[in-house]
Formats: sequence, C-alpha cells, structure tokens
Amino acid sequence: MSGAIDWLLLAEFSLVGLLSGGVLALIALGFVLVYKGTRVINFALGEFMMVGAYLFWTANVFLALPWWAALALTLAGVAALGALVERFVLRPLAGQPVISIVMATIGLGAVLHGLAEAVWGGANLSLPELLPRKPLLLGEILLPGQVLWSFALAVALIAAFTAYFRWSKDGVSMRAAASDPVTAYAMGIDVRRTQRLTWMFAGVTGAVAGIIVASMTSLSPSLGTVALGVLAVVILGGLDSIAGAIVAGLIVGLLESLTVAFVGGQARDLVPYLVVLVILMVRPYGLFGTRDIERL
Amino acid sequence: MRIGDFHASYRHDEALFDTRAQRVWLGLLLAALAAFPFVGGSYLTYLACLLGIHLIAAAGLNVMTGYTGLISLGHAAFMGVGCYAVAVAERAGIPFFLALPLAGAASAAIGLVVGIPSLRIKGLYFAVATLAAQFVLGFVFREWESVTGGVRGANVPAASLFGFELAGDRRVYFLIAPLAVLMLLGARNLFRTRVGRAFIAIRDRDISAEVLGISLFRYKLAAFAIGSFYAGVAGGLWGYFFRVATPELFGLPLSVFYLAAIIVGGLGSILGTILGATFMTLIPEFLRALVGWAEAFGLEQAGVYLAPLRQVVFGLLIVGFLVFEPHGLAEMWRRTRRFFHLWPFRT
Amino acid sequence: MHILEAEGLTLRFGGIRALADVAVAVPKGGITAIIGPNGAGKTSLFNAISGFYRPERGTLRFDGADITRVPAHARAALGLARTFQNVSLFRGMTVLDNIKLGGHNRLRAGALGALWYLGRAAAEEARLRAEIEREVIDFLEIDHIRDLPIDALAYGLQKRVELARALAMQPKVLMLDEPVAGMNREETEDMARFILDVQEERGITVMLVEHDMGLVMDISSHVVVLNFGQVIASGTPAEVRRNPAVIAAYLGERAARRRVA
Ligand SMILES: Nc1ncnc2c1ncn2[C@@H]1O[C@H](COP(=O)(O)OP(=O)(O)OP(=O)(O)O)[C@@H](O)[C@H]1O
Ligand SMILES: [Mg+2]
Repeated sequence: MSGAIDWLLLAEFSLVGLLSGGVLALIALGFVLVYKGTRVINFALGEFMMVGAYLFWTANVFLALPWWAALALTLAGVAALGALVERFVLRPLAGQPVISIVMATIGLGAVLHGLAEAVWGGANLSLPELLPRKPLLLGEILLPGQVLWSFALAVALIAAFTAYFRWSKDGVSMRAAASDPVTAYAMGIDVRRTQRLTWMFAGVTGAVAGIIVASMTSLSPSLGTVALGVLAVVILGGLDSIAGAIVAGLIVGLLESLTVAFVGGQARDLVPYLVVLVILMVRPYGLFGTRDIERL
Repeated sequence: MRIGDFHASYRHDEALFDTRAQRVWLGLLLAALAAFPFVGGSYLTYLACLLGIHLIAAAGLNVMTGYTGLISLGHAAFMGVGCYAVAVAERAGIPFFLALPLAGAASAAIGLVVGIPSLRIKGLYFAVATLAAQFVLGFVFREWESVTGGVRGANVPAASLFGFELAGDRRVYFLIAPLAVLMLLGARNLFRTRVGRAFIAIRDRDISAEVLGISLFRYKLAAFAIGSFYAGVAGGLWGYFFRVATPELFGLPLSVFYLAAIIVGGLGSILGTILGATFMTLIPEFLRALVGWAEAFGLEQAGVYLAPLRQVVFGLLIVGFLVFEPHGLAEMWRRTRRFFHLWPFRT
Repeated sequence: MHILEAEGLTLRFGGIRALADVAVAVPKGGITAIIGPNGAGKTSLFNAISGFYRPERGTLRFDGADITRVPAHARAALGLARTFQNVSLFRGMTVLDNIKLGGHNRLRAGALGALWYLGRAAAEEARLRAEIEREVIDFLEIDHIRDLPIDALAYGLQKRVELARALAMQPKVLMLDEPVAGMNREETEDMARFILDVQEERGITVMLVEHDMGLVMDISSHVVVLNFGQVIASGTPAEVRRNPAVIAAYLGERAARRRVA
C-alpha cells in the first residue's frame, strides 16, 4: 500500500473525529457546568441525555408535533427534571462526603434508566433525521453532513452556554455561588436558586446532546453510556475548566475515530478509558500542575 | 494504683467475643451454618452460596471504600480477574486450595498496577482510574480469547479434593461458607490493629494521618490490595459456583451493586456489610416473586417489567438510604437494639 | 545542644511570605515558645517542621540528621509529634482508638498479620493498650472518656485527647499549636501542668505556639518572636518582653485592631 492513501485516510478520520468530538464536548460541558455550579459530579448525565431523547421522540414522533414544539416541550421537561433532582436528591446531601454524592447520581441514573425502559421499552427506536445528510467534499476528503452539522450545532450551543455563564446576571451569580457559596450567600445571592438553575441547565445540555446522538444513531435506554467515557477524560483535565472540557471532548472524538480506522470498531469505546490509564501511568502529576496546598 | 491482672483484663477488653453469651451465640450460629444446606432445601442453599460470594466481595469493597475512603468503580472487574484466574489455574491442574489464593493474588497484583499511579493523586482520580480499569479489563475479558474464551466465556471445572468433586450447590456451600466466615472475621480483625486504624485515619483526615507517621501511599495501596484480594477470591468462588466465566457477568452494574450493598448496609461497618449484602441479594429474589404473583393474578405483561423494576428499586434504595439513613441498615439495627435494651424504661 | 535547627526557611503563598529566611534553634529538653501576632507565620513554621509544607528554601536538622527532604510520615517516626491549632481528631473513632494511632509507628503488624490477629498482632496490641493506659490516659486524667466518640467531647477535652495522641507517639519533640486557645482558666492551668510534666518528667522537648502571654512567660525557657514571617527577636522570656521590636509588633497589632473596631 502506498503512503499517500494512508495520509488521506488519516486526514479524513482525524477531521471526522474532531467534528464528532463536538457533541462529546457538549456532554463534557454538561459535567463541568454542574461541577462548577454545585461541586457535584453528575454520573447520571448519560441518563439525562437518554430521557431527553425519549421525550423528544414522544413529542415529535409519537405525538407528531413539529420539531420546534417538540424541542420546547422536551427542554421544559428536562429542566423540570433537573430542578426536581436538585431539590430532592442533591440538596439533602449537601455537605456529605464525595462517595455519597457520586452514588446518589449513580442511583438516580439507575432509576431513570429503569423508568425509561418501563415506559418506552428496551427496543431501539429511531428519531427522524434532523440534520441534513448532504456531505461536504474538501478536496478528496468527504465529510458526512450529519457529523458536520452536529459539530456546528454543538459549537453554537457551547458558545451560547459559555456566554450565558460568563455575562448574564444568572451566570455571574452561578459562578459566584460556585466559587464561594458562603460569601455569595452573604452578598444576597440566592444560592439555592442558582443551584436549581445549574441543574436545569445540566438537564438542557444533556437533552440536546442526547437528541443529537439519537438522531445520528438510534435511541435505546443505553444511549447515554458514552457520557461515562467523556467524564473520565474530563476529570483528567480538571472538572472546573470549560476550555479543558472542550479540548477533552475533541480529543476523545479524534482518538475514537482514529481507533476505528486503524485498530477496529470493537476497541472504540475503550479509547477514553485507555487514555486515562495511560496518562495516569506516564505522568500522574504532570497534567494537573501543582497539587493545591491544603490548610491545616 | 494498678493491680496485677490488669494486662489480662485489657486483653479481655480487646477480645472480639468477650462475654460467654456471645460465645454461645457464635457457636449456635456456626452450627446453624453447618446444618443449613441439609435443612434449607436447594433454593435456599443456592441463595446462601450466592450470598457468601457477595459477602466476601462486599467486605473487600467496604475495607477499601467504607473504611479507607477509596471509591472503587471497578470491583466487579477485579472479581472477574479472580474468576478467570481460577479457570486458568484449574486448566493447569492446580487444586482449588491453591487456585483461590492465586486468584486473590492475581487480582491484587492487577490492583497494584492501577493503584500505584492513581493513588498518588487525590480522591476522584482513583475512582476514575478504577472506572477505567473496569472497562479496560472488560475489554480484555472479551478479546483475549485464547485465555478467556471471549464472549462465550470459559468453563470452570468443579473444585475437587483428592478426587472428591465439589459439584452441586450443597457441596460448594461447604467451600463458600467457611471462607466467607473466615474472611469476614479477617476484615473485622483488621480494624482491631494499627493497619485498620490507619485506614480509618486516612479516610477521616488524610493529612493529619500523615503527621502521625502513617504513610498515605503505602496504606492506601494496602487497602486497595486487600480489597482486590477479597474481590479475587470472591470471583474465584463465583467460578466454582457457576462453573463459567463470561465477560458480561463482571461489568459495571455488578460493581455498582456492591457499592450499593455497602451503602445500604453501612459504610465502614462489617455488620453493615453483612446486612447490606444480604438485603441486596434478597431484593431481586423478592421482586421476582412479586412479578410471579402478579402474573399468576392475570397481569400477563408483568414479566416485561421485571428488569426495569429492579433497576428502579435498586436506584431508589441507594438514593433513599443516602438521604434518609446515611449510616445504613447497621445504624437501624443498632437503634432497634438500643430500643429493646431500654424498652420498659423509655419509649 | 539543639535538638532542632531550622536555617533560612522560606515559604510563600502567592504574594504572601509566610516564612522569610527563618532561623530557629530549639534547645534540647526545654520549652520553646513561638509567639507573634495573627498571621505571623507560626503555624506555617510548625507545618514546615512537621513536613506538611515544603519550604522553597532552607534546611532542617533534627537530632543531628538533615531532615529537609524527609517526608512527613517519616519525620513522625523519627520523633516529631504535634497537635493542631484546629483540633484534628478522627471523628469516626473512639478516644482510645485515636490515642492508639499515636502508637502506630511503634507497632509492627502488617496487613496479613492483622487479618489473622493471632500471635504478634494481638500481643502488640495488648502491650500498646497497657502502655497507653499507664502513661497517657492516667497521666492526662481521661479514663472516663476513653470509649466515647470524639464528637461527644467538649472542646477542651478534645484538645487534651489530641495531646494524648501526640504523647502516645513517645516523641522527642512535641509541637503544640495553641494548646489552650478557647479554654477556661481551670482548663488552662491543667494544660500548663501537663506541659510542664511532659517536659520535666519525660525529658521531651516542647515547642509551643500560644497567644496566652501569661502561660508563655510562665512556663517557657526560650521564646522566639515572629512577625510577617520573620524572626524579630529571641531569648529568655524576660529578654523578649523588654525587646522594643517585640513591643512595637504587638502594640502595632493592638493599634491596628483598635482602628478596625
Ligand atoms: N495553605 C495556605 N495557603 C495560603 N496562604 C496561607 C496558607 N497557610 C498560611 N497562609 C498564610 O500565611 C500567613 C501565615 O499564616 P500562619 O497560619 O502561619 O499564621 P499564624 O502565625 O499561625 O497565625 P495565627 O496566630 O492566626 O494562627 C498568613 O498570611 C496566612 O494567610
Ligand atoms: Mg496559627
């Protein structure tokens, strides 16, 4: 085989990988928003994605509503779910050790998973294709339309969320409450409200990511399993950096795509975890800079 | 002023079962355990074997997570290592009494490979490293066909002693039950010594533990090694019990199951391990019975809902205990005992 | 003879210099007090000595050996014990188990021995228990609380338990960070008596950070004064009390406080 073809293949899969990393970055953003806002790692984000996608399916396919109405209903639904979760699961656990919080979101994930399977069944459903299929030809490189559009959508959403988080009044109080809840409270910020908002946002990001993923593949209760891999990589880069999350998403996308091209599809889901283990082996401290010094 | 037999009385104070009544109860319990498979019937014997395996695995996880504060999301994968190790050892003609410790050792060794880099960093990285180990090991179980038999799995021959095969639940019971008792006692013993105290100190406040002369790295590694050893032995027993090792048995759901068991039972409590593992072993059986009745009463669709129902109940138990009884069943048990202790005098 | 010598210790947190070229020599067998206004760097000095903070520069010698690069847990094993300004006991354990933790380094049981709890592991636990009862619990008069959980104790008692845990380490140098802060008169007097007993009867060198000047002047043999991370004076209590730099530092603080109030 000649070198030229290999290079082309590499370029094509790299581009496709980076582009499909956009959705992963959106998922990563979902983790980071919740962590920044409430110091919680949401292991149920994958289930939020899945529930969002099912709600959309119900509205769009089952009830045959137009897509914008279906989307509005879905987002309202997941935002309500996020608020409920904050109120009845996370708020009572404030101040508990990490394991309690981690396990609470895992338990929540199990409940959502079970409910979804009970309501919608375990079989695969399919969403209508929301994104145009028309591919883009870049010289000899073919970029599938769905991948391209999902990337554009993800970028737009990430930009919107980030801008909101940075400049809106709610965003500012969310950040203040996140970095120092006591002071924020003393300064008259309604910390509970901001935490509720954070969870509602988590639901919305999750649902949008879920709908995109489901429209490109298919919809089943295990739709959200990708999220765990994204989480693993996000944690390596630091859970409180939006930029880190985006980079993590793109890297996972790139590596997954290259793995599919050069190793084989069965190894694809393994990529993020392998990355995590390898990085931990090679340079455990290096990546995270200096350890913060605790006060005694 | 101290008197001569003081030394002896401290020993007494430090003993596990110090009163005569406790010793009598212990004897009765052991006798009941020995008689169980003859009295209990085949279904209960099957359940008892399963419970024994869950008890060992959950005890290991509690040592690591409940007592030392290291969250492991990969416990089931380490059990898998033990299970495959037994399959391989048996193929090589190694008898079970060597194969089981080997299974534990293999799992502890892989635990060290994951633990050495990740334990140098704080908290969550360890949890994530174990999650990664869970998936990577699962991949190895699936793909390393020459050893593991791939997705179809590997058969595990029955354990045998001088030609006497421990086949069938009742016989395997006598392998599992004594080991479960021994390993639970071992876990309990840990916390009467400096090793166990160091674990708890690390969990409660790892920085000041260090100033007391406890090497964080060494003891975290020790806790992880012990936890994985327990998982490995439990996995080996799983192999001898179910006689087969397949990849999907040892996935993330089983890891989460054990975490749930120790949370429901009580983190950092051996009694909690026992109560939690028992409870979580019985819940699916109870749900199955429930669905069976529902079907018998004419709800023909009920069977479809068994799997989702299990998940929902499982998740609700985790969240419910965390929110309403964070110290788990062990705390409820203590409260009940206190109540009956004081009963006529206080309500 | 100095049992502990720090030389040129420098430690910065962002823009704050917690320690600036600090040199301290602690005479063996005495009670050395470290005093200074809030934020002067006293606790940071203790943290640097016990190995919890890594100074950017400077050396530490303990008992004749250079310990600058020795990790915290190994320093404890060499004979450095301390208590914390904010009590730092293990809440998941009883008082007795907390104290037993102090004996950690003098026991030998490994993980395997501990699982069986036969022979050596059991014997050494019994020995430790007897020794702790004799030399720590009786001494500090805390037999009535040994089986209680930490949360059940008043603050003063918690500080005493922390001292007990440090004593169970049988240290050569005992560092006490504000041992009587928040205590009433009677508790303070008890604590002063314990500290003196520890130094006189057991020959343990004591280092003491304390704001209670009465206590410092009463019991210490040597005083080091820190201000803004620098040593501004050292000597006997009487010398330090007369030192104009010390008076200025404390007056300055008092004046500043008045301004804030
Ligand atoms: N871990 C840390 N991170 C950031 N700054 C710190 C840290 N530890 C100490 N400092 C700063 O270093 C300076 C010295 O603090 P230190 O705690 O040593 O003072 P101190 O003399 O013990 O005061 P106090 O009498 O109030 O206990 C202070 O300005 C403090 O804010
Ligand atoms: Mg201080």
